[in-house]
Amino acid sequence: MASDVQAFAGGGCHIFGSNHCGYPAPSLNSFLFKPIFSVGSFHFDKPMLLALLSAAVVIAFFWAAFAKPKLVPGRAQNLGEMGVLFVRDQILRPMMGKEGDGYLPFLVSLFFFIWVMNLMEIIPVAQFPAMSRIAFPAALMLMVYVTYNFLSIKRLGLAGYFRGMVPTGVPWPILLILAPVEIAQYIIVRPFTLAVRLFANMFAGHILVAVFTLAAWYLFSLGVGLLFSATSFILVIALTLFEMLIQALQAYIFTILTAQYIGGAYETGH
Amino acid sequence: MLDVALALTTAAAATPKLDINFGAVGYGLAAIGPGIGIGLIFGHGVEAMARQPEAAGLIRSNMYIGFALTEALALIGIVIPFIFHGVG
Repeated sequence: MASDVQAFAGGGCHIFGSNHCGYPAPSLNSFLFKPIFSVGSFHFDKPMLLALLSAAVVIAFFWAAFAKPKLVPGRAQNLGEMGVLFVRDQILRPMMGKEGDGYLPFLVSLFFFIWVMNLMEIIPVAQFPAMSRIAFPAALMLMVYVTYNFLSIKRLGLAGYFRGMVPTGVPWPILLILAPVEIAQYIIVRPFTLAVRLFANMFAGHILVAVFTLAAWYLFSLGVGLLFSATSFILVIALTLFEMLIQALQAYIFTILTAQYIGGAYETGH
Repeated sequence: MLDVALALTTAAAATPKLDINFGAVGYGLAAIGPGIGIGLIFGHGVEAMARQPEAAGLIRSNMYIGFALTEALALIGIVIPFIFHGVG
């Protein structure tokens, strides 16, 4: 369990109760977990377990869908085809065109892995979005960063890469301001915002749901507390629905920005 | 003169210390820009969809992309106080 949940889970810490221990607000401690087991100084805790579980779910789903593909698809193959065609037609083709089809496995894995890891927030026993630990989005971001920079330099050459950052026919005073901004954009801002956007969305979503869930528990008392708890719980349900939208949207945004950045290596000029 | 100075210093010592949570204030300020930005995105998107209903799918997907990029700034605003909580 999260380390601050353990602190008050034993006592009767309610608003009208006898403990008077105040509202246990979720904080950074909600994101720290006791390790399930440790090997030396390597601690295996709940976010790692959820990440492994999400990878297993995605692999199992696509294995079931495409292990023995038939001309008339069965149920799993139908869903798998819908997923792959969604990524290909809505994400890959608009950004990279037909020649980017080689990246379809990468983008499909990225999209479904991020989506399933985000979904762990609303699945009852897990209830933790593994993407709200900065290491997971940072690792995905590093893969994308190395890929698009390496591809751009390989296909366009180093000079072509920098020349492709600014539009042609720009007068030199504007170029003086535009060039550092664009270089910072490609080298620093893009990877940072790519990782932090996913991380911050999941972090803020988890804190929001945790605030109202803890409030539903804290405000409970036999009396007027029932009304308070019920209202808080309705808000938990509304926020869970909102989180479902945000989870899918963030997976979509990460994947489409990846496709756009890699597609920038295939453009030959503005 | 001396009694005025004495009165001022005792008044200064007696004012209550303000315990401002700058993280929360910072997030409030950080949410102004993205609030306006997201309003502009969806407002113009709805207007464009009203002008040309057959382009609604294209406009909708571009609206969501723009929304996520703008929302990122507001969310960085809520995360930064937690990051710098132990510092300073």
